[in-house]
Amino acid sequence: MRNAFMKTTALALALSVSATGAALADKANDTLRVAYTKELENVDSYFNSSREGVVLQRAVWDGLIYRDPETNEYTGNLATSWDWVDEKTLELKLREGVKFHNGDDFTADDVVATVNFVAKEENGVKTQRNVNWMESAEKIDDYTVRIKTKEVFPAAIEFLSGPVSMYPAEYYAEVGPSGMGLNPVGTGPYKVTEVVPGQHFVLEKYEDYHDSPKGQPSIGKIDIRTIPDVNTQIAELFSGSLDLIWQVPADQAEKLAEMGDQFTVSNESTMRIGYLSMDAAGRSSLDPNPFKDIKVRQAINYAIDRQALVDNLLKGESKVVWTPCFPSQFGCAQDVTEYSYDPEKAKELLAEAGYPDGFTTEFYAYRDRAYAEAISSYLNAVGIDTDFKMLQYSALRELNMKGEAPLSFQTWGSYSINDASAMVSQFFKHGSLDATRDDQVLEWLDVADSSTDPEKRIEFYRKAIQRITEQAYWAPMFSYNTNYVTSKEVNYTPTADEVLRFTTMTWN
Amino acid sequence: MLPFILKRLGLAVLVALTVSFISFSLLFLSGDPAAALAGETASGEDIEAVRRLYGFDRPMLVQYGEWLWQAVQGNFGESYYFKLPVQSLIADRLSVTMTLGVCGITFALLTAVPLGVAAAIRPNSIIDRVALFLSVAGQAMPSFWFGLILIVLFAIQLGWLPPSGASSWRHYIMPTIVLGYYAMPAIMRLTRAGMLEVLNSDYIRTARAKGAGEMRVMFKHALRNAIIPVVSLAAVQMGFMLGGSIVVESVFALHGAGYLAWESIARNDLPTVQALILIFSMFYIVFNFLADVLNAWLDPRMRSS
Repeated sequence: MRNAFMKTTALALALSVSATGAALADKANDTLRVAYTKELENVDSYFNSSREGVVLQRAVWDGLIYRDPETNEYTGNLATSWDWVDEKTLELKLREGVKFHNGDDFTADDVVATVNFVAKEENGVKTQRNVNWMESAEKIDDYTVRIKTKEVFPAAIEFLSGPVSMYPAEYYAEVGPSGMGLNPVGTGPYKVTEVVPGQHFVLEKYEDYHDSPKGQPSIGKIDIRTIPDVNTQIAELFSGSLDLIWQVPADQAEKLAEMGDQFTVSNESTMRIGYLSMDAAGRSSLDPNPFKDIKVRQAINYAIDRQALVDNLLKGESKVVWTPCFPSQFGCAQDVTEYSYDPEKAKELLAEAGYPDGFTTEFYAYRDRAYAEAISSYLNAVGIDTDFKMLQYSALRELNMKGEAPLSFQTWGSYSINDASAMVSQFFKHGSLDATRDDQVLEWLDVADSSTDPEKRIEFYRKAIQRITEQAYWAPMFSYNTNYVTSKEVNYTPTADEVLRFTTMTWN
Repeated sequence: MLPFILKRLGLAVLVALTVSFISFSLLFLSGDPAAALAGETASGEDIEAVRRLYGFDRPMLVQYGEWLWQAVQGNFGESYYFKLPVQSLIADRLSVTMTLGVCGITFALLTAVPLGVAAAIRPNSIIDRVALFLSVAGQAMPSFWFGLILIVLFAIQLGWLPPSGASSWRHYIMPTIVLGYYAMPAIMRLTRAGMLEVLNSDYIRTARAKGAGEMRVMFKHALRNAIIPVVSLAAVQMGFMLGGSIVVESVFALHGAGYLAWESIARNDLPTVQALILIFSMFYIVFNFLADVLNAWLDPRMRSS
């Protein structure tokens, strides 16, 4: 109900405002004003787990390595070169002459202190997965360090170019995560000059920023406010008191795009994938359990018109996805079984499986009700009656861990990690969220996850992914996208990883 | 008078306890707090560890008792999300909500009472009709929608006011109107009804008969009596506003206690939600209690009931 009202209001907003003159950005003060939708719990990037936090992390701090968001190639950032000394030891040469925002020199001591702090589980880094592959770090000389991994961990380079950023040793030891959250200090292109926790952040261009692959910042000041309501954000944009909003819902973005001359609306895909999870391992109390039958799982795959979902609901840069991973991820093979929309075939398969009149199942979702309802109606069309239930994320997750949800609409964003292990290995290695429990898949994924030979990794991820799609364990459906709206004064090309990069923004 | 106050006070405490207990139980039904805390990547063991660490494995009654004992001493625990003491988190934001509540009720009274009086003086006149229309509209409009309409009009079209935020008094004008407008209809209708009733009573006729001026009759004699129920209604509305400004705070990006509550529910931040529910219900209960006492003081007949 509320959503319907929102849409009407957005329309009202758009129509009523179209007559007024274009609002001016705060270009004169060289200040870019941005809205966040969610309150950020702590600016310290190791102690938050939201998209908003990643955006600040990339602006305020640097990683040792950098992945170009366009080419996906790795180059040095705070490190200049790196080499595997043995399977579990990575040696890095550090860049000299880099200074933190507080004037401290960046040296091997900072890397050692940061790694040793975050790798310790009891220090409570929020997303353990980002750091718990590291055992420790040791200093070789002032500008050489070695990072030891717990297991063989080929994705180390990806993590070092993503969530693992370098903190000033002395300062961090002194103030800790909460102090860092209130007065962040890094080496990044922007330094933080003001923090009102959860509500307001001001960043300023760091004049002494090193010669980084991120590029030099152009815009002088970034002013970020938390505005929870999207309609209010749009109103602020209209009144000229915001220059950039993002994560704008498709219907509103369309209206804004129609207004042409005032705003630039751009759309980019994200790594998030929507899929159906089925109780293939038969862990739920369903009896008989239709999902144990491959024919039923294939029928469900055939029953859904993915292209129609993408065209009519997700829109933008969303794509149909056939794999249990995002296509750009390393190892995410695309030569897999595809189940193009064929409701007749779905009905045949159901009949062959012994369900000529279909069956009834509970169907769960935790977000995007509209998508879930559309999927539900596709299933109904081939005879599968769905008892649709919308739950809170944590409640559905609990059901899934216990294997009690026979069929659910799930999404996974892989934390923007460009490696198939961030998704396939997360869900198909017999963990509590694995609803399939295929021994063969487990074996292949183990090889792929722990090999340092890229060719071998590709080969074994391919085997695993091909089997997963052949067995129709999941019904992968589509990738998500996000809309960015800026005033005409701002020039920005978004990247496919859903990270706002202030460094690449300029005034027109 | 004293027994009456004590009885009401006892009742208020019981209501507060019941509210806090029910909300405590409901939160546990809304999902596994340990799973929510452990985050997306946690394994089954991680979640079990969190469950033990936070004591979610103990009987709910025990957890409730412990929470209550700490709460009575002013310690509401640490927010799971912000990792800050809940009491300081709430103290920071309560000022925004209080400011908004006081402004809102003032606005409601300043508009509703004169309108109600005017409508009562000339029932079924144009003024009465306009007042009726305003009150029906006020009750019918969802406040987020009304808020957005005001933003469109005053912030975008006319450019008089800032659309959202809390950095100056001008930021509070629209939220005050939206919040106050919601309470206005009830106050106005009650003022009108009270005035109509009073205006037909004997002592008003007496006042007029002895030659008192019309203004004097209206304000000295009539309004003074008609306003009694309005005062208690306003107190109740005030309690309602302090707990019910969630939508207004969200639309106008005011980081107050209401918005904190809304976000904390979505984040499964139990200690914060618990504390806020208790505080909001306390507001409501305190203002209700004050209204009861006020009524009893103004009207001795109420004390016996």
